[in-house]
Amino acid sequence: MAGDRKPLGLFRNLNAKIAALPMIATVLVVFIGCTLWTVVYSFTSSRSLPMLNFVGIDQYTRLFKSSRWMVSVENIAIYGCLSLVFSIVVGFILAVFMDQKIRFENTFRTIFLYPFALSFIVTGLVWQWILNPLGIEKVVRDLGFESFNLPLLTDRSLVIYAIVIAGLWQGTGLVMALMLAGLRNIDEEIWKAARVDGIPTWKTYVFVIIPMMRPVFVTTLVLIATGIVKLYDLVVAMTNGGPGISSEVPAKYVYDFMFAWANLGQGLAASTVMLTTVLIILIPWAMLEFGGRKGRAG
Amino acid sequence: MAEATAIQTRSHAHTEPWGAKPKRMFAPSTIMVYGVLIVAALYYLLPLYVMVMTSLKGMPEIRLGNIFAPPVEVTFEPWVKAWSQACTGLYCEGIRTGFWNSVKITFPSVIASILIASVNGYALSNWKFRGSEVFFTILLFGAFIPYQVMLYPLVIITRELGIFGTLTGVVVIHTIFGMPILTLLFRNYFASLPPELFKAARVDGAGFWRIFFQIMLPMSLPIFVVAIILQVTGIWNDFLFGVIFAGTPNFPMTVQLNNIVNSVQGVKEYNVNMAATILTGAVPLLIYFLSGRYFVRGIAAGAVKG
Repeated sequence: MAGDRKPLGLFRNLNAKIAALPMIATVLVVFIGCTLWTVVYSFTSSRSLPMLNFVGIDQYTRLFKSSRWMVSVENIAIYGCLSLVFSIVVGFILAVFMDQKIRFENTFRTIFLYPFALSFIVTGLVWQWILNPLGIEKVVRDLGFESFNLPLLTDRSLVIYAIVIAGLWQGTGLVMALMLAGLRNIDEEIWKAARVDGIPTWKTYVFVIIPMMRPVFVTTLVLIATGIVKLYDLVVAMTNGGPGISSEVPAKYVYDFMFAWANLGQGLAASTVMLTTVLIILIPWAMLEFGGRKGRAG
Repeated sequence: MAEATAIQTRSHAHTEPWGAKPKRMFAPSTIMVYGVLIVAALYYLLPLYVMVMTSLKGMPEIRLGNIFAPPVEVTFEPWVKAWSQACTGLYCEGIRTGFWNSVKITFPSVIASILIASVNGYALSNWKFRGSEVFFTILLFGAFIPYQVMLYPLVIITRELGIFGTLTGVVVIHTIFGMPILTLLFRNYFASLPPELFKAARVDGAGFWRIFFQIMLPMSLPIFVVAIILQVTGIWNDFLFGVIFAGTPNFPMTVQLNNIVNSVQGVKEYNVNMAATILTGAVPLLIYFLSGRYFVRGIAAGAVKG
């Protein structure tokens, strides 16, 4: 692909480099530069303005002593575990059922996937309305169950589950679509062989198909997991962290400290912890996925 | 028993093209499959149904009635109010301000991000240079970094450039964060085209831009459609960048919606809130229902290969 002559290294393929300039700038300035900036300044005592007076790990000790942060971490752990398990299990089961050569497959797919087109704000507000006292609670009470309570949005220990319900409603369709694509990639021969051997369908799924779909599961897992860390809009729309601080999440902690309370150091330390968490998820996956077969990026 | 039937149904479907006998429609496994799918579909449809029903009722009916009941008296007043009178703080101009702001943000962001990413993906697939793969890999990893990590430095940068709190600012931010996924999309697409086309054009003496405009672009309409769908829904649904970078007069629809519904002042008007919520969700929903397979392809391309 070299030019006619042998020009200087930098000018070889110049157009491509010009075309790639926005990408190079984004990578260097935003993804590398901004991330490093945040990590460095998380070790300072910056308040409303960033300043380079280093205080060691002070911000981090304060962070992990803060009940607000600990509640946020606990919430994201609950939300994360439940939405990982349920969206993968439910998504897979729905995909298996969708794969039974059913009629109206497109209709079902459209229905399962439409919430994914909606924003977290819309999702949060709808579920806020359904779960409020005038919603399902009132319906059940009107049916004659006078003492029925569904305090999902008002009970401090339950509110995170309300967010899980809304999050699952929004995201499970995507998992289903990914799993269905994975199932469709399985060679029909596998099914024929399993049938010849007389293996029951469910056993074929559990012992043959699922192990074969390992890459799909891993990718889905990584996708959901990195999405979980970013959880923000849904909480803002649905509960705004309340009641009290009982549905706070890390991303909201970062935003509040940076932009609402002008305590930059705290916000940056919290965001660095978020980054570390993502790296802990991402690096083993990247090594598994790309470590073995070099040269095939993407 | 159920499994056995399922296997039989499958084997019939494969070995005998003329298919299963009609009565199999009522086999226990078939009933179970449809049963589960229908129950799940109802669960997924319920919030949409509740939204629409609530938005068509008057407030007295909402207080007395049940959220699942269809309206006794259909009224479109909540819709009118949500569009042109609902209040955020002191301003009562309805959600239409947010709607037009979102339009003003979405259009340039979609165009800018797709232009940049398509050329970029083309360069990465056909004109690899030293280090291009390294940058690309970091770009992909960047897609996984939580936005919160890069937010504050970006605030400083945009402020220094004088575009913080402006439409330009939020468009630039959307372009930056749309880059990983779009570049991946375009790179993979261009790489999947037959390399002979590119080589033939090279032999005929066409250069970088000429090949892009005359050979690659005419063949890549589908991937542009996928990219547009991906970006329009993604940017329309954004909340975080809008609230930080757009500035109060330019708040997108999602931000304004949240301000209307979750404002503490005044009596809560659930019907108006739901009408505003539907209006905010309408654009991505419309795109989703119209585009169907392209939407699925977009998220699958973004997701599976990420």
